Order: sequence, then structure tokens, then C-alpha cells
Amino acid sequence: MTEQKSESLKDYKKRLDAALDNDFLRQAMDKFAIAYPQARKAAFEGMDVDAMVDEVAGIKADATLNNAALLSQFIRKAEAAGAVVHRAATAEEANAIINRIAKDTNSRNVIKSKSMTAEEIHLNLHLEEKGLDVTETDLGEWIVQLRGEGPSHMVMPAIHLSRFQVADLFSEVTGAKQEDEIQHLVKVARKELREKFIQADIGVTGANFALAETGTIGIATNEGNARLASTLPRVHVALMGIDKVLPSMKEALTVNRILPKNATGQAITSYVTWITGPTQCKVSEGDKREMHIVLLDNGRSKIAEDPVFSQVLQCVRCGACANVCPVYRMVGGHQLGHIYIGAIGLITTYFFHGRENAKNLVQNCTNCGACKAICAGGINLPTLIKEVHARIQDEDGHPMKSLLLGKVLKNRKLFHTLLRTARAAQKPVTGGTPYLRHLPLVLSSEHNFRALPAIAEKPFRDRFKDFPQPANPVKTVALFSGCVQDFVYPEQLEAAMKGFYKANIRVVFPEKQSCCGLPALMMGEKQAAKDVALQNIHAMGNLAGVDHIVTLCASCASHLKHGVPDLVQEQAPSQCRIFSDKILSYSQLMAQADVELPQAKIGKQTAFHSPCHLCRGMKEKTAPQALIDQSGNSYVPTQEEETCCGFGGSFSANFPAVSREILKRKLTDVERSGAEVLVTECPGCVMQLRGGAKKQDRSFQVIHLSELLFGQ
Amino acid sequence: MKASTKKTFTEAAVRASAQVYDVQNMDQALAKALEILAAKAPLVPQTKTAQPTTGPILAAPDLTDTAFDRLNSLCREQGISLIRDNLRQFPQGIDMGITHARYGIAETGTIVVESDDEEVRLASMLSEFHLAILSPSEIGESALDMADQLAELTANPASYTAFITGPSRTADIERVLAIGVHGPLELHIVLVEEE
Repeated sequence: MTEQKSESLKDYKKRLDAALDNDFLRQAMDKFAIAYPQARKAAFEGMDVDAMVDEVAGIKADATLNNAALLSQFIRKAEAAGAVVHRAATAEEANAIINRIAKDTNSRNVIKSKSMTAEEIHLNLHLEEKGLDVTETDLGEWIVQLRGEGPSHMVMPAIHLSRFQVADLFSEVTGAKQEDEIQHLVKVARKELREKFIQADIGVTGANFALAETGTIGIATNEGNARLASTLPRVHVALMGIDKVLPSMKEALTVNRILPKNATGQAITSYVTWITGPTQCKVSEGDKREMHIVLLDNGRSKIAEDPVFSQVLQCVRCGACANVCPVYRMVGGHQLGHIYIGAIGLITTYFFHGRENAKNLVQNCTNCGACKAICAGGINLPTLIKEVHARIQDEDGHPMKSLLLGKVLKNRKLFHTLLRTARAAQKPVTGGTPYLRHLPLVLSSEHNFRALPAIAEKPFRDRFKDFPQPANPVKTVALFSGCVQDFVYPEQLEAAMKGFYKANIRVVFPEKQSCCGLPALMMGEKQAAKDVALQNIHAMGNLAGVDHIVTLCASCASHLKHGVPDLVQEQAPSQCRIFSDKILSYSQLMAQADVELPQAKIGKQTAFHSPCHLCRGMKEKTAPQALIDQSGNSYVPTQEEETCCGFGGSFSANFPAVSREILKRKLTDVERSGAEVLVTECPGCVMQLRGGAKKQDRSFQVIHLSELLFGQ
Repeated sequence: MKASTKKTFTEAAVRASAQVYDVQNMDQALAKALEILAAKAPLVPQTKTAQPTTGPILAAPDLTDTAFDRLNSLCREQGISLIRDNLRQFPQGIDMGITHARYGIAETGTIVVESDDEEVRLASMLSEFHLAILSPSEIGESALDMADQLAELTANPASYTAFITGPSRTADIERVLAIGVHGPLELHIVLVEEE
């Protein structure tokens, strides 16, 4: 697979389209997306999940830092216990080592239990090239092996397949018609594979843990195949990445407390096996099995040394980042990973399988942050995905589109002039409506899944001075307008201004503020994002008299609060901290304001779409919903309120077909709730949801929270 | 051990699809094993070359000599073949494997089986039913609480220690739970007070 020619973005999109047309995949993924959070919640019942994640992140970060020392201790102990330990710098070396073991032990038949590390190095392919007979024994892995595919999920490798496909496959393999009943199919596998276990000379397993203190390896499975693979054959080869080493049993047990719960919502896997040294094997000479441990580097020590990426090694391979990813849900694992799947896969592909395999994948991210919020190892996945994107562009050259965007955003005057010019240019295509009736030529017909808004007659920045300010303000806020509200939806800011006045809040509008910089980062233009971040910090000036910086755009809020300090902590360490501390979302400010909300004459059933950057970015999960109720409307919950709407800035422009499908589910959820109004707190989400609702003729209206509270 | 720990253990084990029994002594435990075996459906041979078996096969590799002899005489009366070693000779399957469990972990309903001995390992892998004998006094609250004991158990080579929670399971086809893909179809845990 690594030898494959690199795929063009166009071909990648074709694969995405095919996946979007796969009805079984759609259904399976939707069911899983709903079931998984419930199972996970039940598994963690009564536990402080955040504290558990922090602990695991700390353990893994320390183990990364001390990797060299832990590894040498592990090797010493494992060798003293009688295992033969091999270190492989590359995938090639690991394959050669395992082939040599097979040759030296006169082996012909190999059985394997599930190992992502073996997938990483394409072990089967290399063993088969040497004439060995290799059989996967994890049910899902066996199924995909028989089909000549790779896994489509790290813990559920065959999640993309139906029972009918498996029944056909098993009928072919056994030469007898097999019924499409799952319990029966599992029994067929039990019998077929038992035969393979008996014939096997070598059992290859992975490992979840390597304990330095004792030279022990730990393997978690549900099926029990790793136990058979490490018991029946006369040779056991355990293959693992060097990142699997931990100091002792205690750390491993701490990680294992979270791993299965996060992976599948199980309290613990059926089996956790701990092996120290070669154990008894009655068909081996000397009554002992031959035990080999292969420790694979393959770029890991390079990752460990990288100050930005070292946290990648905090991954415990639970696969949860795929479970919650809105894009994974739409397109499946074969389209959202090379070998490793989901958010972590987008990152590790770059390191393990090269930038050619990573360059398209890494753009297929809405930046919704669901992966970060669920990660068992506390990895800042979305930021690292952007970082990989930026690095690939630095190495490969920046595409014209993103280069231009970066250049334009860096120059606020030019950017704003362009927007004003665009307003004049769009006139022929709006037909006097607030929507672009015909798409400009730069956008192709596949973007036509939502109606796009037109640029407003007069941006908010030109209207700000017309608003009255309270005589005796209780506080002062600086308003960060964000480009979309400033130039497309100024009415959202105008409604908010009315509310600020009523609440006795004085508003200042620093003229030199620009785009928050997130769009640049989304397109891999990190330098432009840094420049804009500094411009905005300077534009806000001395914040001494300002209580808060408030923005009605959740994406701006989250980026200004967390993204900006990450980007410019070296250049402006204290200013960026003060700046970040002052950022509030609109609902956070209004929740603490002393203001009587105008009561709705007809209380409407009102649903809320919680923007990714509000509920996860700003960690605000209750203020908007409470404000809806306080306004005399009735807040109605929707099934997946916190799931991305599919906008994701440039994501929806790059992957319109995926964006369209995510949006469709979101709007259907809202319609099912019976809501008459859908409120959200981000102009990007409004653009996506309103445009989609109009195009799909949905029964509800889409507005910003400020419009619900203080609009016409 | 607190009574609540045993209760937590039992509830968690049952949630993981294991079955848990309370008995006073080893005699009762063996009687319970034979009772479960008597109700069991005949073995489904797992190999193509398997010879049809005449009666149930029961493996009990790590019982004390006294317990084994007692069980053996009961088995002879009931036409059960009782084996103690060479479990490798039964790849087609064994009806039931009896082993001891060293510890219980209440939080997850897990048993900890010290299986350095190949026969003990195979008894808990090749059998359709695995029956584990556990002393309730050896049940701890959580794996983390027991980290020191567990580390000690696994520290000295060669060591093969298994945490077992419920029967062998998979959800690899359409995420539907299916039991017994490779290991036991049922896990029975007998808590023996006087063990």
C-alpha cells in the first residue's frame, strides 16, 4: 500500500462520493454514532472522566519523556525473563526481523491476533511474500483479510460490512452456504479458525502495554484470540510500538481503566493478559515457548522529540476520535485514514506513511473538536491536524488559493476593500434577495446544497457609530465582530447592540480588528494566522478599561481564547494571556447581564444548535438554552445538539458533498424535535443551517441568539 | 472483605454475562460444577478431524489431589471423562474446564487466573464452559486498589496471568454482541467460603 502512487484530491473526492452513496455504511455509522455516546456514558457512570483523562495524559506524557530509559529497563527485564527482544527502526526492519524468526524456527503457518502496529508495517504482505500462510484470528480482521481490505476502524475493523456480505464471504470460504445470521456466522469463524490455531507454528500478537519494571507485556482482547495465539503455537512474536512502554503495572491499570470504556463503552475487555517471559509450551523443546518481542520505532522517537507533536504518543488506540468524528460517520474509515483511522490517523499517517498519503486526508476535518473532547490521552487533535496541514504545505508548496487567502487576511485594509468590492460585484446574482441566487463561478454546482448569503449593503463597522451608548454603564466590553457578522450578517450585531444598551453595557469597537485568523489556520496558513493574531491583540490595545472582549461568533471566541495564545505565546506572552482571559461568548456575557429580556408574544418551540466552538471550544453548554427559556420561548432539546453542522469554514468549500450530508442529518434532527425556530450562536452555523433549511424547504426558521433575544 | 465488595463483584460479573454461585465448601463447588455440566448441551466439535465423543469431557488441571479424586469418582458414576493434563490433545473442544481463580476484582466483576501452567490456560480457553473457583476473601475493590498484588503476581517469569471478565465475545459483525467466538461460551464463577 505504501508503494501506491499518491492519490489526487479529485480521486479522493470520488472515493468520498462513493462512500456517501453506500446506504449500508450510512445506516451502520448513524446507528453507531447514536449508540456509542450512550454506552460510553453508562460505562463512566459516577466517575470523574476529566480527572481520569488528565491522569492518563500525565502518565503517557511522562512515559514519552522518559521513553529511552523505560525502554532499556524493559528490554533488560524482558531479556532476563527469557524473551528475545528486537528493536526495529523502520517498518522494513520489523518485517525482516519477523521473517527471520519464521525462517529460523522452520515455521510455515502464522496466526495473528489484532495489531494495528502489524497493519502499520503491512506485516501480512511481507510474510506472505516469503511464502508463509498468515491468518488473522480477530473476527473483524479475518473478515477484512479475506476481502483483501484493511480495517475501517481501529477496534471494529469490519464496521463497514453487513451480515449479508459476511455470509457471502463465509459461504465462499467454507464452500457451503452459510445463513446470514450473526450468531451462526460467529460459530463458523470459531470452527474455521480453531483449525488454524492448531496448525500454527507462530502466533503474532500486538500489545497494549509493556511494563518496564518487570518486562511484562499486557494485551487486551474481547475474543480471547490473543490468548490462544500466545498459547498454542510454539513461537510467540509480540509486535508493539516503542510508545507502549510504561513504568509499571499501576500505570497500565490506570490506562486500562479508561481504554475499553472510551473505545466501546465496555467497563473492561473480556480478557486482559499479562505475560512475563516465555511460558510453558508442552510441544516445545525444553517445555518453553520461544518468545520474541519486536519494538518498533518507525518515526516514533522523532515524534517524541518534537515539542509540538510529542503528545501524539499519548494515544492509547481506543479509536474514540473516530467514533465521534462527523466526517468519519459520513465516509467511513477507509476514507478517513490510511492505516490509522480518525483524527489520530490524520496525524500519524504523515509520520508513519508519509505526506503523500496524508495530504488529502488532513484537509478532511471540520475542526469541530469532538475528537479532542473525547480523547483518552488528552491530545489536542484538531490543532495537530492543522499543524500537519501547515507542515505539508511548507514542504510541498502552498496552493495558490490558500496562499492568496493568507496574503489577503494579513492585510486588513486589502481584505476589507475586497469584501466591499465583492458586494458591488455580486449585485447581478442576488436579484435583490439576501441570498446569492446564482453561484459565482468560483464555486461549482456541488456547493448548491445550501443557499449562500449575499454581502450586506453596509458593513457593521460603518454603522457602529450610530448606536447610542448608556449614560451610566455598569461595564465596558470591546466588541469583536468577526468578518461574517461584520460584512454578511450585521443585523445580528445590531440586535445585540440593542441588548447591550438595555443592559447598561458600554461597547467599544476597535476599528483595526481583523479576521480572527481561524480561516487561515484551516487552510494551513499558520504564518498568516500568527500575523493576524498579533494584529488583533494590538488592535484591542490597552485592555485596562475593558471588562470583557465579547464576540457573537463562537468560532472567533474559541480561536481568540485558545488558538491565539497557542500561536503567539512567544511573541506576546503576557498580552496574549490578558487578551485570552477577557474573551467571552455572547451568551456568557448575557447570562451574567442584569437585563430584562423582551418577552416573546407567542412563545415559540425553539431548538438550539450548539456550535462546536461554543460547547467544546468555550465549554459553554447551558447559557444559551437558559436564555431561550428566559425570553419567553420554550427551549426544546434535539437529539444531537452538540454535533457539528458541517460548516467548518473552508471545510464546506473543500468537501461540499460531505458537508451536505452532515447538514442534512442536523436539519432532520431539528425537524423531528418539532421546533419552529432554530437558534445558534455562530454566524458560520447560521450560514450553513439557514442556507440548508431554505434549500431543503424545512419548516423552521434559523436565527442567531441575539436576534431571538433582541431582534425585530 | 466487606460484604458489599462481594455484592459489587457479583453484580458486575453478572452484567458481563458471567454466572455467579455461592457455596460453603469444595464438595458443594464440585457438585455445582457437575450440575451445570449435566444441563449443558453436547459439545460442538471444533475440528474437521474430530472423533465423535461418547460423553462429556471435563478438565480440571489445578485441583488438589484430594479434590480431583473426589471429582473423578463422581464423574465415573455419571459417564464423564475427567482429564487433568494433555489438554492439547483436545483441540476439538472440552465441555467444561475447572480452574482456580487467584483474585476477584469487584469493580468490573473480573477474575484473575494465574495460568503459568499450560493446562490451566487451555482449560480456560478450549472449553465451552469455564468454571472458576474463587475464595470471596480474595476479592478486592478495584484493579488499581490491587495494583501491588497484581504486580507481584505477574513479576516473576515465567508468568501468564489472565484477567477474565465474562465469556469470550465479539461485536465485529454489525456491532451485534455475539458470545463465544474463540474462548468459552459461558463463564461460571463459584464463590467457595471455605476455600
